[in-house]
Amino acid sequence: MDDFASDTDSDYASYWRDWFISSRGNEYYCEIDEDYLTDRFNLTGLNTEVQYYQYALDLITDVFDMEVDDDMREQIENSARRLYGLVHARYIVTTRGLAKMMEKYKQGVFGKCPRVICESQHLLPMGQHDIPNSSFVKLYCAKCEDIYNPKSSRHNSIDGAYFGTSFHNILFQVYPALVPPKTQRRYEPRIYGFRVHASAALMRWQEERREEMKERLRARGMETGFEEEDEGVESEGSEGLEGEEEEQDGIDDMFEVPGAAQAVQ
Amino acid sequence: MSSSSQAPESWISAFCSLVGHEYFAEVSEDFIEDDFNLTGLQSQVPMYKEALEMILDVEPEDATEDEEEDEDDEDEDEDEMQDGPDGVSRGYRRAADAAAAAAERRHLRMASDLSVIESSAEMLYGLIHQRFITSRAGIQQMAEKYELGHFGYCPRVYCNGAKVLPVGCSDIPGQETVKLFCPSCLDVYTPPNSRFQTVDGAFFGTTFGCLFFMTFPELDVGATKPNVALDTSGSATSPQSTNQMPLDRNSTRASMASSTAQPQIPPSPQAPNGSHQPPQPDNINGVAPRNLAPGLGQGSIYEPRIYGFRVSEVAKTGPRMKWLRSRPVDVNELDECRTWAESQEVAASRAELADSEMVDDNAEIDGGEVEDEDMDAAPEEEDGDREQQNHDVDSAQLREVAQRKKPSRRKNHDALLNGSGGGTAVRVGDGG
Repeated sequence: MDDFASDTDSDYASYWRDWFISSRGNEYYCEIDEDYLTDRFNLTGLNTEVQYYQYALDLITDVFDMEVDDDMREQIENSARRLYGLVHARYIVTTRGLAKMMEKYKQGVFGKCPRVICESQHLLPMGQHDIPNSSFVKLYCAKCEDIYNPKSSRHNSIDGAYFGTSFHNILFQVYPALVPPKTQRRYEPRIYGFRVHASAALMRWQEERREEMKERLRARGMETGFEEEDEGVESEGSEGLEGEEEEQDGIDDMFEVPGAAQAVQ
Repeated sequence: MSSSSQAPESWISAFCSLVGHEYFAEVSEDFIEDDFNLTGLQSQVPMYKEALEMILDVEPEDATEDEEEDEDDEDEDEDEMQDGPDGVSRGYRRAADAAAAAAERRHLRMASDLSVIESSAEMLYGLIHQRFITSRAGIQQMAEKYELGHFGYCPRVYCNGAKVLPVGCSDIPGQETVKLFCPSCLDVYTPPNSRFQTVDGAFFGTTFGCLFFMTFPELDVGATKPNVALDTSGSATSPQSTNQMPLDRNSTRASMASSTAQPQIPPSPQAPNGSHQPPQPDNINGVAPRNLAPGLGQGSIYEPRIYGFRVSEVAKTGPRMKWLRSRPVDVNELDECRTWAESQEVAASRAELADSEMVDDNAEIDGGEVEDEDMDAAPEEEDGDREQQNHDVDSAQLREVAQRKKPSRRKNHDALLNGSGGGTAVRVGDGG
């Protein structure tokens, strides 16, 4: 946003898209192919969304050579950004777009999940709405399946519609191998090593929901997708962030004996 | 408290004003000078005495003023000593006396020693800080910082900018860096700025986060950061749309605070109670329902969609983590004691019918050399995770419950431990 007015003169003469995606704050975008942009079918309906549609398109495709005053140029520049974003939302769900975004995802261009338990899982950009000017871009973590605000303010001003609500889900549908294993580990609030009843009760309730879901999935013969499964649930499910858990497990083992005896009988 | 404001040049305030140390509270010197508060730290920190002197800006030779040239690094400390010796020297004496032996060594101290002591002092300060912020004065100081948003906001979209607290995931230094605990989603996050990656989590400790919110139960943890969304675009579209969603779905985070306490329709709390859900208690497990993870639950769970269609749970890439962000609409479901007591009533009525069967069971179990106490616990454990409440309940009833319940789920061992007096889950709220 800061420097386009000054940079345009030199840059639009070169490749506008190169400049655009490499400029600061636009790291989330991938480059849209020339032939995708020139296919009018891909742009259906966008002419009503964007002011100076034709000029903006010319600018994006580097064929804009009109002499206009600065105000006009700025407006066209803004339109071009908007148009690029809207086309981008369509482009990234195409095969080529998905491949490009997947590369960026693998490189961690979109950042890492702030949730501690997710252990720096890479994020994907997404929008909560497909309609422009509704909300800013958010970041989706495939591990905890939640959405987060980008930590940098320069990304917090990108429209979420430039990525759309579907892209990240389609990406994982197309590349299911990229879906990270989910984890059942979680943070347990504790006071002097003791779990706190209010949150512990809520977590037990949540874990019941999880087990119900697993039952549903197993009933259909589905994999649950968790990294630690059945036999590991007892120890790993309660595996907190502290070492004292092992001690507890030891105590549990002691008490498992009567239960086991009962089961045998 | 007085000393923290009195000496802006002190080591403590210099330390707290360093970049990356924004989360630290200024530990009052009174707190540090109380030896009781330092119990056990001596063995954890190398060069403990020197470090303590550095924190307190004590020169062992503080009667003499001729050391200034000798100790360039502590010029500021000297200033502070000259500024206010009256207020603090009383306490310094003690530390100085105790460090009398070290005093002579300090004469020979070299620059390399200084850096060792400096890092020891930081460690010692951190460990004292961990204790200080759970004290009355400390937690109050942190509350002020919290109110001012010094610790930042939850990055999770559905927490809507709830304020977070710095916490550690370990109480032992050197293991984890500082994390941020969000009371709205009960989760921990990495601080957004990398400068906090050098701050040890043990300097805040595992206890502080939760203790804080139990100390200040009236804090509205779901309070939203002003202008959290779309403040710069100037378009009114988004605020409207986000405001409307709660109305549509009956309970989103925005309306969660009120909707759980007074279900659905705020104006008249009485009328809607019967229609949608049972009356919500003022207090659930020691917490006001509006402060129990307000960022979770229906409407605050991300729902993956493709072209507007929800992704099915049974899809290979379908959502699997909704449980993590879920929360019962009716918080009474979390009242485990009540649920348990209700199941007892049912069990009691059935117990009579099943008398003869029970005798058999008893015989078998007694044959297995199991104490009665353990038997109380074992069924508890089997029926999942009830909070152990009534130790004195007839054990036949307990067994009956165990039979009624499906025996498969033993994922949580709290109940067992509670039942046998271990007590992993603690009802702190009831006490306070």
